[in-house]
Amino acid sequence: MKSLLLPPHPKERRIVFKNAWTQGYSPDIDCYVKNGGYEELKKALGIKPEEIIDEVKKANLRGRGGAGFPCGVKWGFIKRDDGKAHYITCNADESEPGTFKDRYILHNDPHQLIEGMAIAAFALNVHLAYIYIRCEFPKAAGIVTKALEEARAKGFLGKNIMGSGFDIDIYVHQGAGAYICGEETSLIESLEGKRPYPRIKPPYFPAVLGLYMSPTIVNNVETFCHVKQIFKIGSDEYAKMGTAGDGGTRVMCVSGDVMRPGPYEIPAGGVTLGELINDVCGGMKPGRKLKAIIPGGSSSKILRAGETFKMKVKGPDAEMIEKEVPLLDLVMDAASLAAAGTMIGSGGVIVMDDSRNMLWALNNLNAFYAHESCGQCTPCREGVLWIDKMTTRMVNGEGIAQDPATLKNVADNIAGRTVCAFGEAASWPVQSFLQKFPEEFEIAAK
Amino acid sequence: MHTHAAPSTGPKQAELIPADLLSKIDEAVTHYPVSKRSASLPLLHLWQNHFGFVDDSGVDWIANRLELQPINILELVTFYPWFRQQAAGKVCIRVCRTLSCALAGSYEVRDAFCKAAGIDHKAPTHGHTPPVSADGKFSVEFVECLASCGSAPVALVNDDLLEDITPEGTAVILSQYN
Repeated sequence: MKSLLLPPHPKERRIVFKNAWTQGYSPDIDCYVKNGGYEELKKALGIKPEEIIDEVKKANLRGRGGAGFPCGVKWGFIKRDDGKAHYITCNADESEPGTFKDRYILHNDPHQLIEGMAIAAFALNVHLAYIYIRCEFPKAAGIVTKALEEARAKGFLGKNIMGSGFDIDIYVHQGAGAYICGEETSLIESLEGKRPYPRIKPPYFPAVLGLYMSPTIVNNVETFCHVKQIFKIGSDEYAKMGTAGDGGTRVMCVSGDVMRPGPYEIPAGGVTLGELINDVCGGMKPGRKLKAIIPGGSSSKILRAGETFKMKVKGPDAEMIEKEVPLLDLVMDAASLAAAGTMIGSGGVIVMDDSRNMLWALNNLNAFYAHESCGQCTPCREGVLWIDKMTTRMVNGEGIAQDPATLKNVADNIAGRTVCAFGEAASWPVQSFLQKFPEEFEIAAK
Repeated sequence: MHTHAAPSTGPKQAELIPADLLSKIDEAVTHYPVSKRSASLPLLHLWQNHFGFVDDSGVDWIANRLELQPINILELVTFYPWFRQQAAGKVCIRVCRTLSCALAGSYEVRDAFCKAAGIDHKAPTHGHTPPVSADGKFSVEFVECLASCGSAPVALVNDDLLEDITPEGTAVILSQYN
């Protein structure tokens, strides 16, 4: 990834990516320990588990997998002393289109993840954990497996780690090419050796009835790395880097029609969408203008160049005033993108210029969701195929007048009617593309 | 949907298990002290890595090893796109199809791979059984997002992730794996 070989952009603050892109840094344990590795685990083993969870809460760490749930609150659902077995699983099934950050951590700095998981395990009274890596990352699985062996040999994993009396074992578990396994209850079913049909919530919240029907925490790769960093930097400092309720840094993955695509680690809320695209990523390609942005992975609702959003912002006297905010002035944090009707999701920003046809782009995403629906719920299993067939027909010049309305109708009848959020993920692109670019669909529907 | 593979005329895979595969299988099962069923996916991966695909005897053998019914394994083979019931090429080319790669020309890259490998580019693009070149060397298929959108278009060639691929570069890539 070329952008990572450049020195960090002034807007960047590489924390979880710090070592991964340092010249001469290697993924082996000696290099990690030489650079202060496993010191935070040592620190964590010396304090009360409840205090670890409090630190993560104070840091305002939000999950980096897409849903953005406050990590400390999630951990707080686990009752340490309920006498049950508890598990953690790391979600390394990175497969939301537009998202490309976890592979670099797994390849270049696997011990950072392992240390974060070990801290989490101690806090949550977990003795067995899995790292669910998609099988399309075969090298990552090998590197992480080796790193786990190294950590075991050095006493950071296994029985009585670092003389603390605490036992924790972690294993790699490879997926088999299904996007749905990134959904946490699907991941758990997959880990149990079953077809990965998501479980219905309630009652199957992983923190209550997770892996083997025991309390389970599922966190993303980047999230566990941030846990380690919180203990290195301190929760107050860490929280201060971000915005209220969204602490620390976040890897923003920018792809599509910009000059310098890549993953950029930036303090939460540290740039506007315009700064990210035009400054950090070097702007659009020569002679091209911005047309559309998908801001948080392919499932997030698309934004149109030139649109503005009415939202409450801090005025000159610190009181909240309503203001019209242009698209490129949107601050890249969870709250601002939610106020603009979309989401920061997994941090995957896909940028498209004025050479792109929005019907073609939507059809590409529809084919993705049609391929990846697990088939458990009828509205999704049937609906995503209908949507895909309709936009394929329109792309091939065989659209009919009622297609846009039918597309919307089908999408509206998937969202909210399925066991898991895949239904929304597949519907939101259809609904938002139709809403933001109606003219391109009308032209194709004749 | 996917059907059970046609019976093969050659020896059954389950009759050809080497000792090192057996020991890897035994090791994998120890990673799941709570439930052996959890070892289903790891065993299927080990099996397919060795044999190239999973035949009926493999389904039965794995089910037996984990004290499951064959359907418990077969339903995984037919669900997960990674698993195959027939051989793919010795060199598996999986081109990313999804949006960021498509914006960067992945459809052209997939067609160029097909052309360079002598595969009909109109062959089905997805599926458990991808189109294979006549000499059995190459198979070319689309897969969904490979999570390397910043260096699009990308492809997984066996275990290697190749980035920033151009249609013109595909023939050279094939020659490196030939």
